[in-house]
Amino acid sequence: MIAEIGLGLLWLAAGLAVLQSVLGAMSLRVPSRTDLGDAVRPIAVAQAALVVLAFLALIYLFLISDMSVKLVATNSHSEKPWLYKFAGTWGNHEGSMLLWVTVLAVSGAGVALLERRVRRDTLIATIMAQGIIALGFYAFLLFSSNPFERLNPAPADGQGLNPLLQDPGLAFHPPTLYFGYVGMSIAFSFAVGALVTRDVGPAFARAMRPWVLAAWIFLTIGITAGSYWAYYELGWGGWWFWDPVENASLMPWLASTALLHSVTVLATRDSLRAWTVMLAVVAFSMSMVGTFLVRSGILTSVHAFAVDPERGEFLLALLFIYIGGALALFGLRVGTVREGALFEMVSREAALVLNNLFLTVILGVVLIGTLYPIVAQGLGQQVSIGPPYFNPAAGSVALMLIVLMAAGPLMRWRGDRAGVVIRRAALPLALGGLVLVAVRLAAPNIGTLPWLGLSVAALAGAASIAPLWKRNLRRTPLFTWGMVISHLGVAVALAGMAADSAFMQERLVAVNEGQTTQVGPFSVKLVSIAPTIGPNWTALEATMEARRGAGNPFTLKPQARSYASPPTETNESAISTRIDGQLYVVLGKMGSDGRWQLRLWWKPWVTLIWLGGILIALGGALALVGRVWRERKLIHPEAAR
Amino acid sequence: MKAKNQRLILALLGLVAVIGAGLLAVSGLKQEAAFFYAPGDVKDNGLPLDKAVRLGGMVADKSIKHDADGVTIHFVVEDGRAQVPVTFKGIAPDLFKEKSGVVAEGRFQPDGSFVATNLLAKHDERYMPPELEGKMHKTGTLKQ
Repeated sequence: MIAEIGLGLLWLAAGLAVLQSVLGAMSLRVPSRTDLGDAVRPIAVAQAALVVLAFLALIYLFLISDMSVKLVATNSHSEKPWLYKFAGTWGNHEGSMLLWVTVLAVSGAGVALLERRVRRDTLIATIMAQGIIALGFYAFLLFSSNPFERLNPAPADGQGLNPLLQDPGLAFHPPTLYFGYVGMSIAFSFAVGALVTRDVGPAFARAMRPWVLAAWIFLTIGITAGSYWAYYELGWGGWWFWDPVENASLMPWLASTALLHSVTVLATRDSLRAWTVMLAVVAFSMSMVGTFLVRSGILTSVHAFAVDPERGEFLLALLFIYIGGALALFGLRVGTVREGALFEMVSREAALVLNNLFLTVILGVVLIGTLYPIVAQGLGQQVSIGPPYFNPAAGSVALMLIVLMAAGPLMRWRGDRAGVVIRRAALPLALGGLVLVAVRLAAPNIGTLPWLGLSVAALAGAASIAPLWKRNLRRTPLFTWGMVISHLGVAVALAGMAADSAFMQERLVAVNEGQTTQVGPFSVKLVSIAPTIGPNWTALEATMEARRGAGNPFTLKPQARSYASPPTETNESAISTRIDGQLYVVLGKMGSDGRWQLRLWWKPWVTLIWLGGILIALGGALALVGRVWRERKLIHPEAAR
Repeated sequence: MKAKNQRLILALLGLVAVIGAGLLAVSGLKQEAAFFYAPGDVKDNGLPLDKAVRLGGMVADKSIKHDADGVTIHFVVEDGRAQVPVTFKGIAPDLFKEKSGVVAEGRFQPDGSFVATNLLAKHDERYMPPELEGKMHKTGTLKQ
């Protein structure tokens, strides 16, 4: 019964999405009928409430392990711990698409409830656009990915969840990522709305900014968490694999980072009008491209759950309709977007334009590298694109971008003198140069990218806090703190990435129980191997004793796990975090001579990567609070019409 | 400067960025795209020596040999048309076994052998690399 109710709620929500779009369009045609426009907001909220209820119904079905529901039967198992029953709701294609539309509807409802600054007709057009997007994805759910489909007869028990997904990370990572990913739809809808009502200007940018910022914070956290999850769960010692699915989350992040900066130019200086609108369209387009890549089943990945060509075609059609529609609207209306204010070649605006260009180049490089294997496959070639392509191509541009990030905040709006900017950046430049020379002398053998990376990190780290120089810290606005902390986070993350690839030590050995091996500054002894048992797995667990030099010994317990349903084996790495890095151990197999394979890494400063990610998101949160707070104070009565 | 001119310059810059990204990507792809080979392809078309590739096929029966260091293995990949000896140092995936599908990432050596840096084994049907499935259907090594 619950499944039927859930399906009914989804149909109702889809009906409301139709109403939301149609009433929105009508009210824009006939502005005198204010009742039409007034209805749009509550409808958007009701639509979100219905789909949230449908989502809760699906969670309930997973929690009680209702095996008469096909989705539960194929993806869950009654003996799974409850956390994975709960999180397993979105650990499959249909459930994760339902989460997708839930986030879409909730974001739309958020705008309908909270947005008070933008012009009334622009707001209605925005909510209308959000309704139209929702409609396509409701159709996708209801016609080709129904999560509530029944199975008759019901099997005795389910087939279980992919063990790689059986990790607490599954409870947080997908919802966080989706709030970022799909939350970007708000920027898209705002852009469409402002194009429809010819309202592209600073007021529109100020209204859009918090929504972009909020989605971007979630996206940053989601990517950071996903990277750490892959790092410890896959047991490969890496933190980024340029997997198409990772790229699918990185591309919207690159586009929205560019958007975040250009929307600031538009809000503060009234420049870059058309470009900002374009970026808003591109950012969510990248989210949809990512959804297509992940959900169409054309990729091999732990994220690509099932292969069904019909779904791929459906998603591809939606992609073309929405992106094509938005670009067509842009083409038609870009002529009506007035030119913005002027600026000099050396100015904060110019730096932000360059920032956008670099981000666009990285985005292009990642997009082409991600799509090329698919295109090649269509032409009959089997190709895979990996780190040898992405690292140098994207990395070199990223380094230039981060140098620019160091300089940008030290420039004034409108116009500045190059000599003065260089003088302001003298200390960071000196520090960067010092690191450049010191690293070359101390470690002449490390690669060019890590070497430059360490130097740029030093330069950018010092430069990022320079805007606070000689300022009254108490009176510094919160959003300036936000910028400083985010930029510092970028430098910190870069330092971690460069240090890890420059100084990482790896060891692969086969040892007997009682034997000791060395990795980096650690000596690691394999004490014993014993079987152990968990709720739905059995494992061999190694007990290892590690010590650094003559320091205190500590214990590491990596496992090789076997899951019963579906029958799969995974490696649970053991990680010991020190102040200056992580010791990472994976247990391999036993050879015919009784020795055990061990893979050990000493990864200096690797934790800085995720610390940097957290700082970037924290800076975003401070900026968001600062902006919203300031606008509360400044708000005009007429702006709140 | 007039507003029109500035707008034009910005649009041109945007175009330059997009073209630059395209050129950067194309030059990178030329060097770094890892093509997929079956042993038979190598027999027909010669060794791709200059870059990393993927080699896919079946692990030949009784071909897995272990070195004394306990972490290096040697095995033979075949596809019904040809065989390639492969060396791999590392922890092999759990489902890596004889008479089962494998995709090896690495480089061919001038003597025709292959040094793998990574192995992907056939998991269950749901996680099979599509390129392997396609190739093996084509060559008839995978019966369904």
